[in-house]
Amino acid sequence: MSLLMIFRIALKAMGRNKMRTALTMLGMIIGVAAVITMVALGTGAQSSIEAQIQSAGTNVIIVSAGNFMAGGVRQGQGAASTLLPEDAAAIAPLPGVQYVAAGLNTRGQLVAGNQNWNTQVQGTDVDLPLIQAWQIERGAFFTPQDVTTAAKVAVIGSVVRDQLFGPDANPVGQVMRIQKQPFNIVGVLAAKGQTSMGQDRDDVVMVPYTTVMKKIRGVTFINNVTVSAASSNEVKVVADRIATLLRVRHRLQPGDPDDFMVRTIEEMASVRKEATQTMTALLASIAGVSLLVGGIGIMNIMLVSVTERTREIGLRMAIGARGRDVLLQFLVEAVVLSLFGGAIGIALGFGLSRGITFWMEWPTTVSTNAVAVAFGFAAATGVFFGFYPARKAAALDPIDALRYE
Amino acid sequence: MPTVISVKNLIKTYAVGEVEVRALRGVNLDVERGEFLAVTGPSGSGKSTFMHIVGCLDRPTSGQYFLDGQDVSRMSRDQLASIRNKKIGFVFQGFNLLSRTSALDNVELPLLYAGSGMKGPERHKRAMEVLKAVGLEDRADHHPNQLSGGQQQRVAIARSLINNPSILLADEPTGNLDTRTSIEVMDIFQRLNRERGITVLLITHEHDIAEYGTRMVQFRDGQVVMDRPIQRRRLAQDELVTLPAAQAV
Repeated sequence: MSLLMIFRIALKAMGRNKMRTALTMLGMIIGVAAVITMVALGTGAQSSIEAQIQSAGTNVIIVSAGNFMAGGVRQGQGAASTLLPEDAAAIAPLPGVQYVAAGLNTRGQLVAGNQNWNTQVQGTDVDLPLIQAWQIERGAFFTPQDVTTAAKVAVIGSVVRDQLFGPDANPVGQVMRIQKQPFNIVGVLAAKGQTSMGQDRDDVVMVPYTTVMKKIRGVTFINNVTVSAASSNEVKVVADRIATLLRVRHRLQPGDPDDFMVRTIEEMASVRKEATQTMTALLASIAGVSLLVGGIGIMNIMLVSVTERTREIGLRMAIGARGRDVLLQFLVEAVVLSLFGGAIGIALGFGLSRGITFWMEWPTTVSTNAVAVAFGFAAATGVFFGFYPARKAAALDPIDALRYE
Repeated sequence: MPTVISVKNLIKTYAVGEVEVRALRGVNLDVERGEFLAVTGPSGSGKSTFMHIVGCLDRPTSGQYFLDGQDVSRMSRDQLASIRNKKIGFVFQGFNLLSRTSALDNVELPLLYAGSGMKGPERHKRAMEVLKAVGLEDRADHHPNQLSGGQQQRVAIARSLINNPSILLADEPTGNLDTRTSIEVMDIFQRLNRERGITVLLITHEHDIAEYGTRMVQFRDGQVVMDRPIQRRRLAQDELVTLPAAQAV
């Protein structure tokens, strides 16, 4: 007997008891939909992190000053005063380095007219917009000459603009005070939005790092250097070169710990990626349990069905069905149940994922992998849980089966 | 006439717990093509066991069984399934139709297991032919629960005929039917036997039903104790003519 025929027989048998068929499928539908939705949530979170890495630049390397020890008291990362503007200048000519921006940050009270605001004042260099893909909405970024002369010029983020001048104002050319010193506003950055950590990237003021050094903080060191590698394949190599260079420049002996830290964006993101991966695995395995329960539901119904249809099996055998035919019929019934359930579950999972994105604004991505795995698992469940009842049916003795009341 | 069924020294023993039950104790029987054999006997006489072996649902402990000259007593389960499909038509007391399935689909069922790869339209055509033979062509799309007992049994007979079997095995086919319907069913068997030359084996414990056959075999304690032609055979066709009044009531 052909497989097609067995399919038709199985479909007919299922059609004879629609309610039960639907209820059995429900277990499978819920299981598969749960797996798809949970994995979609996890994948969505992961791809949003990846998207942020892309926007931050995959080839970005951040060099920050190491910890500073003063009489045995360690001051924490970035407190050391060993990272100098000259280090940044020395990094620039290294092979594979594209852009370099020295950075020195401070917090400060901003005042413009009768408004004031407290935020991060980021002392940086002219390359930063190129590294971090900042667009200028109005005016221009400060110039290399501003950096050389430690000019009191500032570029502000859109949040600062909103707070000090109002959303529709044009602050370019106006004066703002940082720590009571007047700064000329030369440009406004285009809005970038929040990071996935909830940090508002637009709540920022950028000034030349030399200005922070000389006019605001009065120091000779910098906090960090933001570097971009010319190609994303070279990031690791360039990072190593920078570390080697700095060890030489800082005259560190072999065995001395680094007094700086070189990290790539990718390294920093990988921790968070791992966390989301763990979360995804957790969610998926919980959903997997419901898939398992769905499978057991199918086995349960198939066992009841075999008992209930004992006479039917006897009759089929009497008119020429071989054990194999009966086995296949019940197996195909179980598999069709789980595949139909799986298909509906996939559709439902798609819908749920869309719904979550729409109403809860969580990113979700239904990957073809997840769909394939869920569908394959549904089929495997059907075969696995359908086999025992099917074999039980096939092993029936036709005489006993016909006599069964 | 060629011999359709030839049984030689058939023995069947079962082990029921510790006890060994000897259901058949050396049965010898030949049935020729075109015979209408009525098998009778009290319960426990071995007639059911005999029918199961003749129907290829079971294998004898020893002895031989030739069906159409072929020794089927040592065949495997799958081979027997194929023999049942092609050579034997079963009619049961309880009809054994698939519920929620049209008469046509029920009749077609054996074709699905025939492995001939017959296409849908051809199956329908064959099924309609046999439904016509039992006078139910206008009930083809009815489900069993929409049919009377007699009609259901006629669907079952149509199903047994679809693969042109060598023998028709009817196990108490009238057990669930009233008198008139029983006679109608016996009329179908007699017509098939007469017009198509189909060999019929009828198991019954009712003596008057047995008289529709041409030959009667009686079992007792696992052996054939009587084997004689039926002298005054009942003809269902004639009896039905005298009965229409009963139906009107």
